[in-house]
Amino acid sequence: MGRELWKGNEAIAEAAVRAGLEAYFGYPITPQNEVLEYLSHRMPELGRAFVQAESEPAAINMVYGAACTGARVMTSSSSPGISLMQEGLSYIAGTEVPMVLVNVMRGGPGLGNIAPSQGDYNQICKGGGHGDYHPVVLAPASVQEAVDLMPVAFEIAHKYLNICTILIDGSIGQMMEPVLLPEMQPVVRKVYDWAVSGAKDRKRHVLSSIYLDVPTEEKVNLRILGRWRQAQENEIRFKEYFLEDAEYIVIGFGTAGRIALSAVRAARAKGIKVGLFRPISVNPFPYKQVEHICQRAKSLLVVEMNTGQMLKDVQASVKNRIPIRFYGRLGGVMPFPDEFVEEIQEMIHNPGKPEDDSADLWYLRMMAR
Amino acid sequence: MATPIVNIQNLVYSRPQGFTDTPTHYCPGCTHGTAHRLVAEVLEEMHVLDKTIGVAPVGCAVFAYNYIDVDFVEAAHGRAPAMATGIKRVLPDRVVFSYQGDGDLASIGMAETVHAAARGENITIIFINNAIYGMTGGQMAPTTLPGMKTTSSPNGRDVETQGYPVRMAEMLATLDGGGYIVRRSLHDPKNIRLAKKAIRTAFETQVHGLGFSMVELLSTCSTGWGVTPVQSLSWLEEHMIPAFPLGDYKITPSVAALKI
Repeated sequence: MGRELWKGNEAIAEAAVRAGLEAYFGYPITPQNEVLEYLSHRMPELGRAFVQAESEPAAINMVYGAACTGARVMTSSSSPGISLMQEGLSYIAGTEVPMVLVNVMRGGPGLGNIAPSQGDYNQICKGGGHGDYHPVVLAPASVQEAVDLMPVAFEIAHKYLNICTILIDGSIGQMMEPVLLPEMQPVVRKVYDWAVSGAKDRKRHVLSSIYLDVPTEEKVNLRILGRWRQAQENEIRFKEYFLEDAEYIVIGFGTAGRIALSAVRAARAKGIKVGLFRPISVNPFPYKQVEHICQRAKSLLVVEMNTGQMLKDVQASVKNRIPIRFYGRLGGVMPFPDEFVEEIQEMIHNPGKPEDDSADLWYLRMMAR
Repeated sequence: MATPIVNIQNLVYSRPQGFTDTPTHYCPGCTHGTAHRLVAEVLEEMHVLDKTIGVAPVGCAVFAYNYIDVDFVEAAHGRAPAMATGIKRVLPDRVVFSYQGDGDLASIGMAETVHAAARGENITIIFINNAIYGMTGGQMAPTTLPGMKTTSSPNGRDVETQGYPVRMAEMLATLDGGGYIVRRSLHDPKNIRLAKKAIRTAFETQVHGLGFSMVELLSTCSTGWGVTPVQSLSWLEEHMIPAFPLGDYKITPSVAALKI
């Protein structure tokens, strides 16, 4: 089968189906509605479970129940809805059951708007729900990459008994692009030694996130951390562009990373030796790789559609070795490649000092506009 | 099972197969133990213990899985019907039930309860109504009676500022998705027998795919109510039954036609 023109949200939904999605539970919220709408006909026609829940808390708890059976399960939502799901996500992490979450981010905080944003990086990567847990978060920059990451997300979720989030924004969700969809995989329900199914010819299974015995809870936390450490070891994903001879490097994830690629190409056309590093796994973050590339760059430009949330992770890698410039657009404003090109040129003319507070300097520039 | 200490021909009462031998953590006089036992007996009599998945609530029955010997999951506060929905949709041939108190079901989990019923979700809810939050120390529940003293209505529930109790069986019975919705009580042997029969009918409703089923069980909380275990039984009869009348609120014709 050749490439077809698909809307991001629908392509993601179909890719999940082809990756063996057995049950989907969701609630309408823009700009992710097409995931829910597409699956509302696609899942029943394949005899698979679909429920439009009464709320995001209900949807995530339906996912929680279905995840306890060991099935491949998923929900999708957008920023305010994801906030409502945080309780359930924490329980799912604490019970150590697998699920895939698609977050089509929009402008915020609060009700915000329905335009593309990356303002939920911290919420998604650094936990969101209560307790010590670390979801795996993959941030594709195109519809094709999102499609390709869907089966990966299920494999990661089931390998590490964890939440795996596909983190995109409204632009990738709403955009139509040519995509090559993967072949349909058969649904294979693995027999897990922890899943509930009725205690037939075996000891019963009890799945819970409650451990009133405090030392036991500590052990569970360490077990969760142990799997996370394995994920940190195995699940680092990123893409590099024009880095071979790059003196300056732009770092951005998802849509900002994609816009940055256009900017980098335009800057190259002007003769600037600039490259792009685009983290795909934003949690675990490619700390070592960023540390490695900054050893040969004169300075870095971090671009995001937020106030510099990933910037903190880049700073943790760079450790004041070279100057970092930051540029962000907020609240659903999409940056143009030209803005990034200007920032690249500014970075070269005024490299600043490694110890500069790049978020602070960016804020002052924004306010002086 | 351990070696019987009575001759089998004289045995009239023993721990049901669906019950573990965990010593109870419930307070003296609490009827949770009775309700647990009825569920275990019914699942055993229906021969479905090995295909049942229970969903435990947050509240005193958070450890229901320590007693009822089937596969279990433990839900977040109020979310048990949603979690049961997720399990049932993936495993439609299994028996899935939630066991919830009044705070869990009628307060924080009201939406999940109402919508599970509205969808006609093929699950069974065992609803323990004792008019109080037991686990957290006796606060006012959505089912607390007008004038009833709790730790958060110390002068008695003032309906002017704290509203009125919620009658769940009556409310859910208005929804088309319900197959079997009744209220029973656990305050004396006769009513306990009627409660068991209702629990059986509720699970049969599910097994036959006849829609949402709920058995509301009026229960005691002598600790929370501040009375002795014996007094709690008469308190239930005198005060709760008038406010929450026992009865069948919804039995669809297909459920009524079931031969049990």
